[in-house]
Amino acid sequence: MEIPYVVKARPDTGLFNAKVGIWLFLASEVMLFGALFSAYILLRVGADPGSWPQGLLNVPIGTFNTTVLISSSVTVVLSWAALKMGRFNTYRKYQAITILCALGFLGIKSFEYRDKWTHYEIWKTDGTRVTGHIEGSPYFWNTATLTKKKLDQIMFAPDARHYNDPPAEHHVEAHAKHEFAPVKTSDIKRLSAFVPSHSTFFAIYFTLTALHGLHVLAGALVIAYIWGPGARMWKTDPERYTNRVEVSGLFWHFVDLVWIFLFPVLYLL
Amino acid sequence: MSDAHSPEAIKKHVRTYLVIFGALLAGTIVTVWLRSIHFGDFWITVAIALTVATIKASLVAGFFMHLISERKAIYATLATTVFFFAAMMYLTVWARVQVPRGSEYLMRQEVPHPAVRNGGAL
Amino acid sequence: MSATTHAGQLHDVHQVEHHHELNFWQKYIFSTDHKIIGIQYGFMALLFLFFGFCLMLMMRWSIAFPDKPIPVVGGLLQWVLGKEAVPNGTMGPDLYNSFGAMHGTIMVFLAIVPLAFAAFGNYVVPLQIGAPDMAFPRVNMASFDCFFLGGVVMFSSFFIPGGAAKSGWTSYSPLATLAERTYLVNGQTFWIIGMVLLITSSLLGAVNFIATIIQLRAPGMTWMRLPFFCWAQFVTAFLLLLAFPPLEAAGVMQLMDNLAGTSFFLPSGLMVAGTTPIPISGGGSPLLWQHLFWFLGHPEVYVLILPGMGVVAEVIANNTRKPLWGYKSLVYSVLAIGFISFIVWAHHMYLTGMGTKISTFFQTTTMIISIPSVIILTCLFISLWGGSIRFNTQMLFALAFLPMFGIGGLTGLPLGFNFSDLHLHDTYYVIAHFHYVVAPGTIFALFAGIYHWFPKITGRLMNETLGRVHFWLSLIFMNAVFQPMFQQGMAGMIRRMYNGGATYAATPTESGLSPHILGLNKYVSMAAWFLCLAQLPFIINFFWTLWRGKKTPENPWHATTVEWDTPTPPPHGNFSRPVQIHRGPYEYSVPGHSADFTMQTQPEKGAKH
Repeated sequence: MEIPYVVKARPDTGLFNAKVGIWLFLASEVMLFGALFSAYILLRVGADPGSWPQGLLNVPIGTFNTTVLISSSVTVVLSWAALKMGRFNTYRKYQAITILCALGFLGIKSFEYRDKWTHYEIWKTDGTRVTGHIEGSPYFWNTATLTKKKLDQIMFAPDARHYNDPPAEHHVEAHAKHEFAPVKTSDIKRLSAFVPSHSTFFAIYFTLTALHGLHVLAGALVIAYIWGPGARMWKTDPERYTNRVEVSGLFWHFVDLVWIFLFPVLYLL
Repeated sequence: MSDAHSPEAIKKHVRTYLVIFGALLAGTIVTVWLRSIHFGDFWITVAIALTVATIKASLVAGFFMHLISERKAIYATLATTVFFFAAMMYLTVWARVQVPRGSEYLMRQEVPHPAVRNGGAL
Repeated sequence: MSATTHAGQLHDVHQVEHHHELNFWQKYIFSTDHKIIGIQYGFMALLFLFFGFCLMLMMRWSIAFPDKPIPVVGGLLQWVLGKEAVPNGTMGPDLYNSFGAMHGTIMVFLAIVPLAFAAFGNYVVPLQIGAPDMAFPRVNMASFDCFFLGGVVMFSSFFIPGGAAKSGWTSYSPLATLAERTYLVNGQTFWIIGMVLLITSSLLGAVNFIATIIQLRAPGMTWMRLPFFCWAQFVTAFLLLLAFPPLEAAGVMQLMDNLAGTSFFLPSGLMVAGTTPIPISGGGSPLLWQHLFWFLGHPEVYVLILPGMGVVAEVIANNTRKPLWGYKSLVYSVLAIGFISFIVWAHHMYLTGMGTKISTFFQTTTMIISIPSVIILTCLFISLWGGSIRFNTQMLFALAFLPMFGIGGLTGLPLGFNFSDLHLHDTYYVIAHFHYVVAPGTIFALFAGIYHWFPKITGRLMNETLGRVHFWLSLIFMNAVFQPMFQQGMAGMIRRMYNGGATYAATPTESGLSPHILGLNKYVSMAAWFLCLAQLPFIINFFWTLWRGKKTPENPWHATTVEWDTPTPPPHGNFSRPVQIHRGPYEYSVPGHSADFTMQTQPEKGAKH
């Protein structure tokens, strides 16, 4: 006996097997991201005063990334609709855009990550804190690096304002001159880039966005496989192929859904 | 797909998808614009941001994922999941925030962190 | 060209096989057949069950005779794990903690869940619903492969520098992050990676089970005609699906705490063996770990018990020659248990400083969840009334399950109330409670399942005499091991002490654990070692029967459910012709029928086929 309802829907549930499967899987993913969102809330509520950086994430870039992902969601569903109407080439065009959007999203995200990893905060021994860049834009320096590299000072260009300071004028921030000035190691209590170990905010930010990014990558790979090597099935079993496109599309929409919540929570609030 | 969609029906759906796309883009702009408005209470900001996000999410789920015409089995699974997610979030925060009277100082609301007292983190 | 012009009607069902001969690897190692996968899970699970059991046997030596060299295996252990871990053949506190943490982890995630849910479920459920296989056979194989990898990772963690994880199966932070500071990648790292693999395996399995039960029931198999075993597995699958992901998220966060220096669960100002705070960002919350862990942890214990209840129900119906009493109550109760189990978790956290309102909320839901559990037990008890009971080995185990689970459940009540839990939390009382539910509870149910379904899987009958010896000895020694622990717990003896509480022995000037309470340690340990010996008849029986056992007809127990209506063992695809279900699952002793059982596949007015 063969497994029924792989392609055609079962009459009383009205669903084919893979659709049940993917919705169940998405339910578990809701719980996964939900746990991380719950962690975000608890960490934020319990954060030490002054240690929850706000405004360090670039909103225009985040907004652009949001539109990229939303567009990819539209192209995914349009490609499925084209396939339902038998228009294979239209499907291919739309799906190609989806994959490009996914890669674009990941590219922009990695640019954002890189930007954070070369951006530093110094806690000075006199109690003040300053953020800025180190000459040469090195990655991942921390307090231990100073000892390891036997540095007695670093060349540091401070930002116009620290994230704990009240918001300044727009123009002052954008056009502040960044000049490198020496900072003695003996004055530095702690040095950290904006990496997960910097604060619980960055810990949860990187975890949430990296996990989301992995899902974007996985979804893009699956969609690309079905678009490319897997397209042979269109000739042999077009209904089953359409089902596959639909199921992978459902996953993609979920990935978009998560970002719709991630963006305001991380970037705006 | 379970129901037999004729090409004409699909075309109507395509129109819907594009309308929803427009709505999502508008929603994104609204979300960012709202940031420039300073609501009195932080929690009101949170509530409004999450409301906008929920509306956008519902559009994606309802129309792109066809939930609005989906079967009971899926609805039931999702409704249960959302309930448990909400319970997890709500109960965890409640457990964290509601403490016996007299032990509130342990929530670091009144006593400054030693590091802060020492003038800087760590 | 429209898709509908293709002859889609011919592709009603999907070809499972390109009917060619599979080689050994495809047939037995990388199989996609649910029966092979079920056997693979069963085999691995039983191995891990034995391994976890052996860990406990060695721990019991340390509890009864602390700092004395372990007999028989002490030398071997020292040779394998090194002089530092096993000084002079004795079990030091660190090794005890490792064994304790891994005993719990292995028993829960590598033994019981794979055996109860994955092994029995995979083999029996598709057969019982009349399906040719699981809905997603390749996902099924992937699920087993993940489980296997997870098992390898967990097992190998014993042999890496620093040894296995040693912060309890609950892995509370900050201890879990700070217990092993000599090695960056250590037993705890392996534990987390192993858990991620096991969780992935369970998630894939859960999706498969639910989709299969929803979509692949044979025509005529309505929801209310499902055997109770299938209902139990269905709810269990939902518990796994929705409760595991938060632990996966927490595991990833703890891994980052361990490897990437984050402070998800590490509070500010944390000092380790010194007066300077360690160089972390701080700001994290140990309670966050506890919430996320127990959000899984509580549904997990229902995952441990529900399949067992399902097995017991099947065995009882079959061996009383009577339908189950209260089928509808059983179904609604198991659904209620599944639902409520998600909102009781903080009863494991009464002592963490929660406010009274939230504490009372969890206490209330905990009390409420005991109601459907009692309903299930009551229905099973009443099912015995007026039955024509056949006392074969599986029925003995199923019957013993009832009072044993009863004791386990009732002793949970003082733990569920926050005021009494103040005294009992983290004592041996807790150990006794949960072991009663899982050991003479679930494990007895699983033994029943093995004796019951062995002839279907292998075509041979296990020996009844050896079975009875196994049963009686196990029953006696299980109780001998765990009953005294209630006393010890109520006297205040806390958990996870490598020397059995000798540190807290009462002295003439200070109160503490009395000699009687401490003396119970030796008694319990000896009972545990005898319990090990009691398993020998089972192991001998199992392998002897496989090799030389008496061959049996297709349906030796005269059961009504569909899995008994296949050849033994069932071929690939399970059924040679389409299955049609005509009646409910427990048509035993129906007045007017020619035999005392009528199979579900039996048509209304037809001769027995």
